[in-house]
Amino acid sequence: MSERTTGVTRRRVLKGAAAGAIGAGLFPTILTRPASAYTNEPTGSTVKLGFNVPQTGPYAAEGLDELRAQELAVQHLNGEGDGGMLNTFSSKVLKGNGILGKKVEFVSGDTATNSDVARASARSMIEKDGVVMVNGGSSSGVAVAVQGLCQEAGIIFMAGLTHSNDTTGKDRKANGFRHFFNAYMSGAALAPVLKTAYGADRRAYHLTADYTWGWTQQESLVASTEGIGWETVNTVLTPVGAGDFSAYITPVLQSGADVLVLNHYGADMVNSLTQAVQFGLRDKQVNGKQFEIVVPLYSELMAEGAGDNIKGVFGSMNWNWQLTDDGTKAFVKSFGEKYGRPPSNSAHTCYVQTLLYADAAERAGTFNPCGIAEALEGFEFDGMGNGPTLYRAEDHQCFKDVLVMKGKDNPSNQFDILEFVEVTPVEQVTYAPNHPMFGGDEATLGTCNPGA
Amino acid sequence: MLGLSRKDTGFLIAVICLTLATPIFLQPFPETSSLAQFNAGYPDLMQRFAIYGIFVMGFNILFGLTGYLSFGHAAFLGVGSYSVVWMYKLLDYNVLPGLVLAVIMSGIFALFIGFVSLRRSGIYFSILTLAFAQMSYNLAYSVFTPLTNGETGLQVYLNDPQVLMSEGAPTSPHLFGLVMNESAKVAVGDWIFTFNVGYYFTAIIAILVFYLSLRIFRSPFGMILRAIKTNRNRLNYAGINTKPYMLTAFVISGMYAGLAGGLLAAMDPLTGAQRMQWTASGEVVLMAILGGAGTMMGPILGAGFIKYFENIFSKINESVLHQWFGWMPDGVQDFVIGVVSPFVGEGWHLTLGLLFMVVVIFLPGGIVQGALLVVGMFRRRNGHDGPKKQESASSAAQPAE
Amino acid sequence: MDAIILQILNGLDKGSAYALIALGLTLIFGTLGVVNFAHGALFMIGAFCAVTVQKLVTLSFEEVDPTRTDFLGNPLKVQMPYVDALFGPSAGEFLINWSVPLAIVLAIPVMLVVGITMERGLIKHFYKRPHAEQILVTFGLAIVLQEIVRYFFGANPIPTGAPSAFAGPMDIGAILGFTPGTVIYPYWRFVYFIFSAIVIGGVFAFLQFTTFGMVVRAGMNDRETVGLLGINIDRRFTIMFGIAAVVAGMAGVMYAPILSPNFHMGMDFLVLSFVVVVVGGMGSLPGAVAAGFLLGILQSFASMNEVKSLIPGIDQVIIYLVAIIVLLTRPRGLMGRRGVMEE
Repeated sequence: MSERTTGVTRRRVLKGAAAGAIGAGLFPTILTRPASAYTNEPTGSTVKLGFNVPQTGPYAAEGLDELRAQELAVQHLNGEGDGGMLNTFSSKVLKGNGILGKKVEFVSGDTATNSDVARASARSMIEKDGVVMVNGGSSSGVAVAVQGLCQEAGIIFMAGLTHSNDTTGKDRKANGFRHFFNAYMSGAALAPVLKTAYGADRRAYHLTADYTWGWTQQESLVASTEGIGWETVNTVLTPVGAGDFSAYITPVLQSGADVLVLNHYGADMVNSLTQAVQFGLRDKQVNGKQFEIVVPLYSELMAEGAGDNIKGVFGSMNWNWQLTDDGTKAFVKSFGEKYGRPPSNSAHTCYVQTLLYADAAERAGTFNPCGIAEALEGFEFDGMGNGPTLYRAEDHQCFKDVLVMKGKDNPSNQFDILEFVEVTPVEQVTYAPNHPMFGGDEATLGTCNPGA
Repeated sequence: MLGLSRKDTGFLIAVICLTLATPIFLQPFPETSSLAQFNAGYPDLMQRFAIYGIFVMGFNILFGLTGYLSFGHAAFLGVGSYSVVWMYKLLDYNVLPGLVLAVIMSGIFALFIGFVSLRRSGIYFSILTLAFAQMSYNLAYSVFTPLTNGETGLQVYLNDPQVLMSEGAPTSPHLFGLVMNESAKVAVGDWIFTFNVGYYFTAIIAILVFYLSLRIFRSPFGMILRAIKTNRNRLNYAGINTKPYMLTAFVISGMYAGLAGGLLAAMDPLTGAQRMQWTASGEVVLMAILGGAGTMMGPILGAGFIKYFENIFSKINESVLHQWFGWMPDGVQDFVIGVVSPFVGEGWHLTLGLLFMVVVIFLPGGIVQGALLVVGMFRRRNGHDGPKKQESASSAAQPAE
Repeated sequence: MDAIILQILNGLDKGSAYALIALGLTLIFGTLGVVNFAHGALFMIGAFCAVTVQKLVTLSFEEVDPTRTDFLGNPLKVQMPYVDALFGPSAGEFLINWSVPLAIVLAIPVMLVVGITMERGLIKHFYKRPHAEQILVTFGLAIVLQEIVRYFFGANPIPTGAPSAFAGPMDIGAILGFTPGTVIYPYWRFVYFIFSAIVIGGVFAFLQFTTFGMVVRAGMNDRETVGLLGINIDRRFTIMFGIAAVVAGMAGVMYAPILSPNFHMGMDFLVLSFVVVVVGGMGSLPGAVAAGFLLGILQSFASMNEVKSLIPGIDQVIIYLVAIIVLLTRPRGLMGRRGVMEE
């Protein structure tokens, strides 16, 4: 910290103090800009990253797991522990000596799954702690809000768990990057599997979390399921964190629908799924068919919370610890040994994002967000658990295979809850950057902002 | 001066000096020391001090003077924020039109809600204001999504009309080109002071509205409001219709809240419905009581106190504690950290709750009453009068009861 | 028709929780004249009694099962509950399965102690102070209580299951003579409604038919006269505070399977319960119960798609809208008395 103030002579101090004193008065036009080339340029022997995750609220379970993974990533970057995915990552510039020779430190904050709180937390990280990058944000509402903030402040935002099309769609930003997959990809991957399992003649009822993620996931799922011949009976928006969904579930019984699509996540999804099962939906026969429930976006933490209710339910994931490639194995090993449980897919994404940021900084040779953005755009890599992956330059979205999962009927231990149904190849989930669901032609990244 | 008594003028000048010097005295620890954790002189927090100061000043005009406990003031905060962001979307990033609209809109809202709610008093009034605020919150969340963008929060998109936007104009909030998030950092030895445009903008507005509320407190109008608190019936018997006075106080108070909400959006161009939730209304009640409702300075101190806790205390995690107590022997260190850690970091709410209970139980007059007690003891022991400033503070302090 | 019955059931169930909390609030207000903002926290503590019992009966030691492997490929450590080892697997299984109803047994003494401690230690000193200060100090207490729970149990909701016999749905339609399979309702919610009806009936019977209750009712009407008759009314009021805490606690225990307990559930219910109390009329026990069920059912009806398509957003605001209308047309709520809490 002291390095920032190098070369302060008495004269300069006096000048500075005088300028400050006048600036403090009524003539802010003479304010001087700080000397650094970009926001929070690290001048000492350390560099600070900000991990902004929900530690309270409906997505808290995910957030805490993300925090664990990020701490692990920092250890690996600093050369502590067994190195995890650094050993399997296709890019070999990271040496375990921090980033660009600077030791990595981090600060964490609580977003409370609330855009306002998340912005305040991120601002304090940027202004007080001097972070060069903010990583995290379970909930797309929060991610979109914090991404906008980082764009203005001139630092890099590595989105964590955010699945809304908007994050890299109409709200895409030049300083923001997303490794996680999105709602469109979920729809594209799930539809063929659903057609095989449940047939083409189905009537779906959607319960949807009322915010950007829910809206885009509903839009994507309605489009893709109608594409395989399903009919959409009704779509109902439910408030986030409602707790008791019974009033929304009972109408499903009367609607004549035979599939319930739950566009919920986190604790909301645990509650709505449990309650749907309690209301006997899965024991019902409608239109001569067995009633089914689909949860398009899965997470092993949710599956754990929902217990037996998850059995046989289809959903999609970005990554799962049961994959057998070397990257996954290395990561599961170091995470499992440290925390005694396998990492969730949101933990994986946040871990990978931290490494990708570090790698980009190393390759660019600078922490300047514009240099890093350039290094990440169009970057192709492998060995991070998802197979060959592309960071697309046009919208800063990662393209890779998508996993379709199902709740396992006979789990062999407490973490063995989900099983693979299909690994949907990346070609099937790829779309054009100006796809109408992603803001169409109007959506632009804008220009990179180095701030300061 | 300015229609104030000599004491009040001194008081106002003291407040002005303190406000303008905030970036310096909130940064008491050098960057290199481990106590730098406690520095609060960064723009976001300083802006919040000023903005929530305005919010609670307005609340105090209603609650402190008349004793009517509104549990729905956050609604006006939200209305103010939405107004400003909409002005960004329609015109450009200049904050002025938005702030004007914020005050007008929240005034209209307050006129309506106040007109209905003031038909009742006591807890019924509180519940009515709560009900209106919760309705606004729930509607902003659901049906009014086209207006508020729901849970995602209202923000400016590149394809918004922004009809006044000219080439090269700032793309973040500004006042005629004066960009809010611009700061100058001044290094003095190991200290770094941040002088931020946005902070000084809010601080100057805060001083203006502080002067306004000082005038209200000292005016005949303020006297009538106090009389309503003491005994409304007697005023009625004396032939004074209290309703217009109450409504005026409510609307002024709502406009303060709207201004504060507008300023929040002026510092950070995004707003969400959460700002209207009852917890936000409850927070302003806590601020007022903690500082000392009915006094001029108390609620503002309360606001600063709570915001400081929220932003600084919540950041103290276990690794910081280990750093602090590292010099102790291992067993003792673990014990001390075990005792301290529930009260810091995530546990800051616990500390706040305890503190709040202590204040309500022992110091119904809030921090100000506590400060006066201390000053009183100090005086008695030394047998001479304290400095002038304390005198003016004590003259401003009207106990909550 | 089926849809209407279902929504009434839904409403009864939500209404039960509101009514139980509002009943306790009103008991405290009616006897002691104190507005207790910490009452939601008592409900939450009740729910965490259920969590605690569940944790106690599932306390386990680790046993290595060499035939199976965990996710890292090491031999699997199986969690063996102590109760299984102590009482044999079948009794252990029974205890774990029935942990929520069992928690009632724990909750009654715990809540009684918590309630009486609260009254003697804190509330007692606030009888003579203004209502605003009572609200504020109990609000502070509520924050402290919920933060303590958060410290010990974490911020995440903890799933707490109903006994497996009641976990599934029941076909109420078939019982009532409709086509089977049309009116399906979860067992446990039905149990909750019956349970709350019994508790509410019990409280009323206690006040109506016992000498203790009679004295308390007399004290609610005219505290001074009762005191002059040489009856120690304060002690009885303290016990009433304890009973109100027990009612809130039991409501919380039984609600745990419906909504996984989290540390802030008390605050969520508190605001609505206050609206309920005020709509019912401050100080009126029947008013609190009636308003609880009324608002619960109205809220369910407002959530019906047909209603929502007529008036968008009505499901979000109905409770507050009703509260506003009631307060404006009936200044003291549905069944309130004159001069209560109007300052």
